[in-house]
Amino acid sequence: MDQFVQQIVTGLSIGSILLLVALGLSIIYGSMGIINLAHGEFVMLGAYAAWTFQHYFGLGLLESLVPIFLVVAICGWLIERYVLSFLNNRPLDTILATWGVGIILQQAVRLLVGGELRYVQLPASLSDSTELLGVQVSVYRIFLFFAALTLFALTWLLMNRTMVGMKLRAIIQDRSIAACFGVNARRIYALTFAYGAGLAGLAGALVSPLKSVSPEMGTGYVVDAFMVVVLGGVQSLAGTVFSSFILGELSGGIAFLENDTVAKTIVLLAIVVLIRFRPEGLFTTRVRA
Amino acid sequence: MSITRRSLVKNAAAFGAFAGAGFPHVWIKNTDLAVAANGEIRVGVLFSLTGTTAIIEESLNKATILAIEEINAAGGIKGMKIVPVVEDPASDPATFSEKARKLVVGDKCVSVFGSYTSASRKAVLPVFERQNNLYWYPTLYEGRECSKNVIYTGAVPNQQQDEFVPWLIKKFGPKFYMIGSNYIYPKEENNYCKKLLAKHGGEVVAEEYVPLGHSEFSSVINKMRSAQPNVIFSTVVGDSVVALHRQYRAAGLDPEKMPMASLTTSENEIAAMGGEAAAGHFTSAPYFQVHKSPENEKFVAAYQKRWGADKVTHFVSESCYFQTYLFKQAVEKLAASDITPPTIRDAVKGAETIAPQGKVRIEAANLHTWLWPKIAQAKSNGQFEILVQSSAWLEPVPYAAYPGQVCTEKGLSQT
Repeated sequence: MDQFVQQIVTGLSIGSILLLVALGLSIIYGSMGIINLAHGEFVMLGAYAAWTFQHYFGLGLLESLVPIFLVVAICGWLIERYVLSFLNNRPLDTILATWGVGIILQQAVRLLVGGELRYVQLPASLSDSTELLGVQVSVYRIFLFFAALTLFALTWLLMNRTMVGMKLRAIIQDRSIAACFGVNARRIYALTFAYGAGLAGLAGALVSPLKSVSPEMGTGYVVDAFMVVVLGGVQSLAGTVFSSFILGELSGGIAFLENDTVAKTIVLLAIVVLIRFRPEGLFTTRVRA
Repeated sequence: MSITRRSLVKNAAAFGAFAGAGFPHVWIKNTDLAVAANGEIRVGVLFSLTGTTAIIEESLNKATILAIEEINAAGGIKGMKIVPVVEDPASDPATFSEKARKLVVGDKCVSVFGSYTSASRKAVLPVFERQNNLYWYPTLYEGRECSKNVIYTGAVPNQQQDEFVPWLIKKFGPKFYMIGSNYIYPKEENNYCKKLLAKHGGEVVAEEYVPLGHSEFSSVINKMRSAQPNVIFSTVVGDSVVALHRQYRAAGLDPEKMPMASLTTSENEIAAMGGEAAAGHFTSAPYFQVHKSPENEKFVAAYQKRWGADKVTHFVSESCYFQTYLFKQAVEKLAASDITPPTIRDAVKGAETIAPQGKVRIEAANLHTWLWPKIAQAKSNGQFEILVQSSAWLEPVPYAAYPGQVCTEKGLSQT
């Protein structure tokens, strides 16, 4: 029984990390339709920003979250403004461009701070483990779980309860009609992209104390993030949440019963099969084509 | 079938590829051996400066370059300078092989120092065997290789485990949980470890492999919790080492009750994970930066002076350093007109030098190295404390896990 509870909690923890990483992509890919292959690099930038604030300014992880969000969001904004905005409605070119941007970011970081692995200190207040439902859980993992849910809630409010979100949804439905009503599509796109990038940056900063920080770290995350968003159904924020936790429980569970190599294979296979029969993902919001 | 232009081109290309792959000696004439000339001795330095393993290979490149600079500053070898030709194989085995060919055939290097991963060594091996050149491989590895074109200066399984495993059983208990990255090196090490466990009354409670680059260890940690082993025997490599240690600590496991015993965690990995995540765990290797010897003090001081005071030395960079000196010794024995890979190989057989870890010797039979095993515990300051020093140097036995197979000067002998 204990083992079962332990495994459920572990799955929730893996799921919350997936959710953190996928949330930004859910906005950029899911809502805006931009296939952003540089998403992993935004995660990496966030992790490096956390390291920089800690290493050079002595700031703890929690204090530096807001500046990290801003730094990565500004990077995202610049990339949207000076690269992607010229590639509207050219999805293939966008894939290539974001891929290229990703490589440039990776190598730029390598040149600036070197290729060594780095680490980010756990906040002292969260570095213990605690008893929860009769099992030992790391406090930091509990914190990550709530951080993921909070960021999701904020994003949902932003999309559905604010003017910017409404304008964005209008643009997604029909860009030219929205423009006729005086919505500045370019500006809204740039802002949304920046927000998505900022979220990815936060994700990188938040997972960095548990993982290693290196210029190539983004490659793994971008795959995870796309899996989550595709499985959850593009354009569905709630779907992203559910699919993160489904994938978290599934890969955690199989890894416990078998091992991580098998888990990775089975999860990927399951997604491929599912996409074959439900190309739109698990959760879909109906939109007019 | 009618011959269209496209199919003709395709078939021609296919035939060309087939011919190139099948009968290389027909097309590529085996030019004469690489030889040192014009007062300079060209050597290749083949460590990745970009890509995933650049993290560690950069330090190997630095240690090799340091040794070459020192030798040249002290007058070179009989007045000749060593000229390093540095190539970046970008952590990709195919590129390794291509660059190795360039160094050996194009640049006519008489030796190449290179490789960290076994995959990259296996990729360059055919180049060195076909061209009869010499590859100097500094990394600890899984053994089970017997090439007369490679000088192996890192530890093989028996040199890391023969003392370590019985010591762990005695100190902590017999139950071992094996965790490794999913490729040949961890599997061969565990293979040998299981033999030692059987011999010394230990047992394997689990043997598990995670994908390379894996960074989510919570399920593995749950399994460790429920299996309650005495020792976690780790052959996880690369950035996974960092994730495993940091998550082990965040999960509240205690190194005093269930320590990780690693063959791969060096000062370099500890610098990447932070001393407090590594503290209390054990590593077995022939060299640690804190080892006390005049040679090591000189090496560490020179390394930090050349590359930065925050840089650490570790058991692979140390091999890089002393193998370059072994190369120098071997070349010194040769006439200036006779510096070729086979003569260097013959000269290095049985050669000895005082390395930072102690006196080492190249075993003539298998071209592996006699080394000084040590067991050390990591401290929170990022360095180790050496607990056990072997009283004698240990012979390399690359086929220790395979009774009946012995690597000899004539090649692998099976009985």
